[in-house]
Amino acid sequence: MSTTKVRPARSPISRFVTPRPTGPRRGSTLLRHLLWVAVGAVAVYFVSYGIDPFRNYQLATVAAYLCVTAGLTMLTGLNGQLSLGHGALMACGAYTVALAQNEFSDRGVLGAWALPVSLALGVLVAALAGALIGVCAARLRGPYLAGVTLAVALVVPAFTTRFAGLFNADQGLSVYVDPAPAALGPYFPPERWQAWIAIGAAMLSLLIVANLVHSRYGRAFKAVRDDEVAAKLAGIHVARTQVLAFVVSAGCAGLGGGVLAVISQSVSPSVFGLTLSLNLLLAIVLGGLGSLFGAAWGALLLVLLPYLTTQVTRGLELSPGLANKLEGNLPLAIFGLTLIIVMLVAPGGIQDAFRALGRTVRRRF
Amino acid sequence: MLRIARRGIVVAACLALVAASSACSDEAPSSSGGGTAASVPGVTDTEILLGTHMPLTGPAAAGYSKIAPATKAYFEYVNANGGVNGRKIKYLVEDDGYNPANTQTLVRKLVLEDKVFAILNGLGTPTHTGVLDFLKTQKVPDLFVASGSRSWNQPEKYPTTFGFQPDYTVEGKIIADFVKKTYPGQVVCHMGQDDDFGRDSLAGVEQVLGADGVKEKQKYVTSNTNITPQIQAFKAAGCQVVISATIPAFTALSLGTAAKLGGFKPQWVPSSVGADYTTLSGLLGEGKVLLEGLVAPGYLPVSTDTSNPWVQLYQKVNKEYNGDAPFDNNIMFGMTVGYLTVQALLKAGKDLTREGLISAVESGGFKNAAVGPYRYSASDHSGIGGMQMGRVTAGVQAAFGPVVQTDDGAGPVQEYTEAPATPTGNGIPSA
Repeated sequence: MSTTKVRPARSPISRFVTPRPTGPRRGSTLLRHLLWVAVGAVAVYFVSYGIDPFRNYQLATVAAYLCVTAGLTMLTGLNGQLSLGHGALMACGAYTVALAQNEFSDRGVLGAWALPVSLALGVLVAALAGALIGVCAARLRGPYLAGVTLAVALVVPAFTTRFAGLFNADQGLSVYVDPAPAALGPYFPPERWQAWIAIGAAMLSLLIVANLVHSRYGRAFKAVRDDEVAAKLAGIHVARTQVLAFVVSAGCAGLGGGVLAVISQSVSPSVFGLTLSLNLLLAIVLGGLGSLFGAAWGALLLVLLPYLTTQVTRGLELSPGLANKLEGNLPLAIFGLTLIIVMLVAPGGIQDAFRALGRTVRRRF
Repeated sequence: MLRIARRGIVVAACLALVAASSACSDEAPSSSGGGTAASVPGVTDTEILLGTHMPLTGPAAAGYSKIAPATKAYFEYVNANGGVNGRKIKYLVEDDGYNPANTQTLVRKLVLEDKVFAILNGLGTPTHTGVLDFLKTQKVPDLFVASGSRSWNQPEKYPTTFGFQPDYTVEGKIIADFVKKTYPGQVVCHMGQDDDFGRDSLAGVEQVLGADGVKEKQKYVTSNTNITPQIQAFKAAGCQVVISATIPAFTALSLGTAAKLGGFKPQWVPSSVGADYTTLSGLLGEGKVLLEGLVAPGYLPVSTDTSNPWVQLYQKVNKEYNGDAPFDNNIMFGMTVGYLTVQALLKAGKDLTREGLISAVESGGFKNAAVGPYRYSASDHSGIGGMQMGRVTAGVQAAFGPVVQTDDGAGPVQEYTEAPATPTGNGIPSA
């Protein structure tokens, strides 16, 4: 008989997750999180006044992505389920919001309540789709799970073409959105209003995910990720836990997609293609898998990295011949290079790098 | 407790700082008053800033990625010769990869951050449709959109947006009129992309031939490259002429698939969008013999017609300012857009404002390389209204027959008799 200790089989994803010492905390989790959300919302409210319209638009986009990455990092980082199909779930939310908003405006029943109702419908539809995928996903592991979710990501364009009468094929739909309330003044920039909507949605997602993570369910998520057999022995229903994680995560994705549709006032299938799904996964890994701060870093990167690479390449003075060859390609190259460097320097993601830095500083002083 | 208090103080201090820095209120934008040139976004005493979104990478990049560099090269040429009213044109090109999500962000960046004077020649129906409302709210001139959708011609709804090339309905009518006269009594069929492109084209064709004049109608989507069922249907219907609203890849695919089926050799008449010989022969490779006898309309001189003064001018500019890129119809397109823009800017005068530029375009009367008339007026924001048919003979695409013009309604297709314009002395329009 071998004397080597047999280590419990762990999900390959846990390699990327840095365990955090979580000491017992006093007081109500909900209250603490509500306080954080309130502070965050007030801070962002003031920030939105201090920056110009384009920065507000970027802020709104970051917030929309944050809804999605928060849910995805919980699913992948805490529950160990890899999803390559979250772009499709965003599409569910986005198309639902588009159809609902246009239906409301056609019937002339728009009011302050219409947008929240549309967004709620978007979340509902995405969560239903998530439940469906989740049930399949609960039976699959590793690459097979990735395969199924990949198929979901690829089905969006085909679906919008097959039902072109409703979704208008590749061309997509434009989304009716009420202008900012008149009470805010005639010169209130629409981008700031959009930023507020998006940040409201992001705070809601963060609050829900943060509370879930610190609850009994969150602990069950982690138990299932670390060892399914052990979790089962501890009385956790593995499949149910996985479906729940998928549904919540899908709901967040639906909310993010819906908000994105509102910000850009249009939806089309190419927005929610495979690239988006892969980028979302990339964002949560770069930001720091399993951490909500990591999700925020990831959302920020999704918006800033393409923007900065374009800015950098524009600064270069090139001859026309060389410019013709490089234009459009150089930003992609820089983007890829940045990813490689970050993964080499900080394999645990940005949030992990900051934590390590914080520890070093504390030890010194 | 102390820790919480300390944290609270930090947060409060940060908030106070941000609040103090954002004390400014929302004032009315001063530029809309249209006062001095200094207050107009994107215009200084020495520079005019224009921006565009183009597919430099991605599925639509083939061919189309050459348009913006050509426009830029023409502007460089104008700048080297003194610019427009002493101002040099700077052209910011953003790559959206034909993805509407990117277009949304990039156009907002161009308008809100780079503060361009106008958006010029944004390419693509799905991409540009998404930014119409934004550009309207910002009152930014949205000139010469590179797509033939009729959406750009809605002066009531989108007062700042203007089209450039003949819209797909006008083109459909012109093709149908040619088919009716040249191939009388033959069975005509239609192949269309499943969006505005195919729909608008079919509407134009049926306007001339009547709803029962088109025997078989088929559609395709760019995401599915198997079009054998559609071609089979054409064969079964006994089509003799197939009018197609297809992008280059699908024109080539249609011809190739029909050849493979055997015993099916209709006359193909594709839209100008999908009929550039250089692009098609590149796609078909060995099969480029299939292109022999292909008939298609065009609205600019053909790039291989070196006797045309416009082609000569553009070739010269291409050599000096565009790194001598392989000369094709995409470069013709890009340079004509540049020429038209300079004409419009000159017409808007020295005191350049956004309102002034829009009324300058609306006043119309532009003449340049386009074979037909520009239709711009206060009530019409569509672009070129005339086209000339072209045919491939012994591997060379050349125009033939009269230039004809029409509208997107029930108007007749009639000959356009005005003599073609020639470029002035050094190829730069004068006021």
